[in-house]
Amino acid sequence: MLTAAIAPVTADFSNDTWWLWVIKAVAIIAFLLTSVLFAIWFERKVVARMQVRPGPNVHGPFGLLQSLADAMKLLFKEDMTVTAADKVVYVVAPMIAVFCSLLTFAVIPLGPSVSMFGHETPLQLTDFPVAVLYILACASVGVYGIVLGGWASNSTYPLLGSVRSTAQVISYELAMGLSLVSVFLLAGSMSTSQIVESQNTIWWVLPLLPAFVIYVVSMVGETNRLPFDLPEAEGELVSGYMTEYSSMKFAWFFLAEYINMLNVSAVATTLFLGGWHAPFGISQINDGMFNEGWWPVLWFLVKLWAVMFFFVWVRGSVLRFRYDQFMNIGWKRLIPAALVWVVLVAVVQGLRTFWHLDRSALFAAAAVLGVLVVISLLIPEKKKPVAAAPTGPQVFDPYAGGYPVPPLPGQVLPPSPRAQRRAAAALVGSSSEPVPTAGTPETDPEVHGG
Amino acid sequence: MSALVAAVPAVLAEGGQTSGAEEALFWVLAPVMVLAALGLLFARKAVHAALSLIVVMISLAFMYVAQGAVFLGVVQVVVYTGAIMMLFLFVLMLVGVGSSDSLVETIRGQRWAGWIAALGLVAVLAGVLGTALYPESVGLEEANARSNPEGVAEVIFADHVFAMEVVGALLVTAALGALVLTHRRRLGPKRGQRELADLRVEGGHHLAPLPAPGVYARHNAMDVPALDPYGNPLESSVPRVLRVRGQEADAAEYAARIDRVLAGRAAKPDENPPPAADPAGQAVNAPDIADAVAGVDLEGETK
Repeated sequence: MLTAAIAPVTADFSNDTWWLWVIKAVAIIAFLLTSVLFAIWFERKVVARMQVRPGPNVHGPFGLLQSLADAMKLLFKEDMTVTAADKVVYVVAPMIAVFCSLLTFAVIPLGPSVSMFGHETPLQLTDFPVAVLYILACASVGVYGIVLGGWASNSTYPLLGSVRSTAQVISYELAMGLSLVSVFLLAGSMSTSQIVESQNTIWWVLPLLPAFVIYVVSMVGETNRLPFDLPEAEGELVSGYMTEYSSMKFAWFFLAEYINMLNVSAVATTLFLGGWHAPFGISQINDGMFNEGWWPVLWFLVKLWAVMFFFVWVRGSVLRFRYDQFMNIGWKRLIPAALVWVVLVAVVQGLRTFWHLDRSALFAAAAVLGVLVVISLLIPEKKKPVAAAPTGPQVFDPYAGGYPVPPLPGQVLPPSPRAQRRAAAALVGSSSEPVPTAGTPETDPEVHGG
Repeated sequence: MSALVAAVPAVLAEGGQTSGAEEALFWVLAPVMVLAALGLLFARKAVHAALSLIVVMISLAFMYVAQGAVFLGVVQVVVYTGAIMMLFLFVLMLVGVGSSDSLVETIRGQRWAGWIAALGLVAVLAGVLGTALYPESVGLEEANARSNPEGVAEVIFADHVFAMEVVGALLVTAALGALVLTHRRRLGPKRGQRELADLRVEGGHHLAPLPAPGVYARHNAMDVPALDPYGNPLESSVPRVLRVRGQEADAAEYAARIDRVLAGRAAKPDENPPPAADPAGQAVNAPDIADAVAGVDLEGETK
């Protein structure tokens, strides 16, 4: 059998039967769809609490059925197809988005081996030596949904949205891939089950904190979420690539976005946060009882939703970036930082493998390096020649440059250049600027004061 | 797809013999690939051709995975489909939905030359296929002994490391060359948000956003200027495109109509409810939706 040659991964799928695959696949789809319904409610509720309002609370207990009602409303809305659209691509685009987003969870381990109907089977649909690359591949194909949807609508705003999305995802996928490389180096594998297995003693988030930070930033960019939701920035592009979509086609884009959030959260959990391993403390109880059987599913879900909460938290507290700022972060900060970090990790890993340096020597080296950095910070910097400070009384002119700033009590505004220009224009009778003619209330409106 | 990925390696037979599952996969994918390849050739729109190419690429990745080259299959999707084709599409998208490729021959005799070359290629391929022998494939087990990516890594970074380094140096040089060639020296000082704002204030331009157009009730009324507090029409509230096209509605007429409505209401103060539209609206030479549509069509033709 080729299995031996192709898949030296930790999870053992040799006992799986075809009906177990079907059960797992259906369970994953059902899990994702219900999670999306829950995620929409969760997001609205958490954002509401952050903004000191109740959020959805009418339908069902705690408003839990609100997203179900929303989904029904979307289903029954008129399904419009724009006349000038490229029909085939217009219909196919949302399907691509949803289909690709559903693929990722196939390789996410939700737990170790469990007994299912008398078969010992891992809680994971499949795994192979390049599982994490497969996740990246699915994500990169999923972008075609957004890009083609925006193009096929034959409308300006969707096209701009999809162009932005292309640039955004290509830029941030680089940083994301580079941040994952350091995990591959430490875990010695790209298979998800083996990466989780390698975090038995320590979660990679601690030794690889910089990589985790880079991953978190780029995962937000990758999923088009605030503060990086430029492809659908409603203040600039109506709603970006999905402007011309309605009813179920719109709902599919919506679904894909939330499933993608779940996907990147699951990847963060699996690669950095220990996967299904119980948190420190709980994992020691009763000889690791909570790391066996069905318990790990609970830890996985807790971590997954902690990352989801982070998504909502960021959305509730950070403003949208400008597009050039966003691109600067990606290309000038994240990618160089990720590159440097990968080289560092590779060097350390090489030292450990080829010179057999043990951990204490590495820690000692790191400590020496840290002390050197601290000492270098203590050395006073060479004083730069400071421009001679202006002498005499400091006059602060808040109206410099002609900005219309309201005066404080006791202040008198200087004569406004705008008012002067307007008066001059009125005298000349030029109609370049609409001049209030009837009932102008005051001749010199700029002089206030108290 | 994931189920397939799981299923395929498990049922592949040993020694390179195709098993039932691999054969089934081939017979599903092969027609799809051939159809997509034909689509690539015959599609009128560039984006449709690109889409066909993407289908071919992804199907090819499935084939690689089925053949035991998992790493190659996934990297094919990540690099070619995810990055390179995306860049192609990025450029093609800007062409627009409406346009399709012109089939005019730009080089004389290009079509005939193309046909002859294609026939030659077909003859060569047929000859190769006809005389090809398929010996038992060997070495897959050893190559994938540890795991497929590790085997690939060993070949690239141990056996052919010098070639790899040379290629790396070449790529870095090319990237630097692209940077140098596309670099432009900045002629003036950089203008940021702050500088632009200063310029706007200094130049006495509009500081706030422009006013929104005036009337919304009649049709999509983007063409009706808003009125300022003194009742004067604000030209700047109508989108510049409409103004340039001459599709702007006459604000004076609208203002007069408002005056008439007000006057009528003053005359009959107990009229309830007030009329939504001017009863005398037909008499006013006001632009209607039909005119607007006709105007748009005309402009569209001339554009």
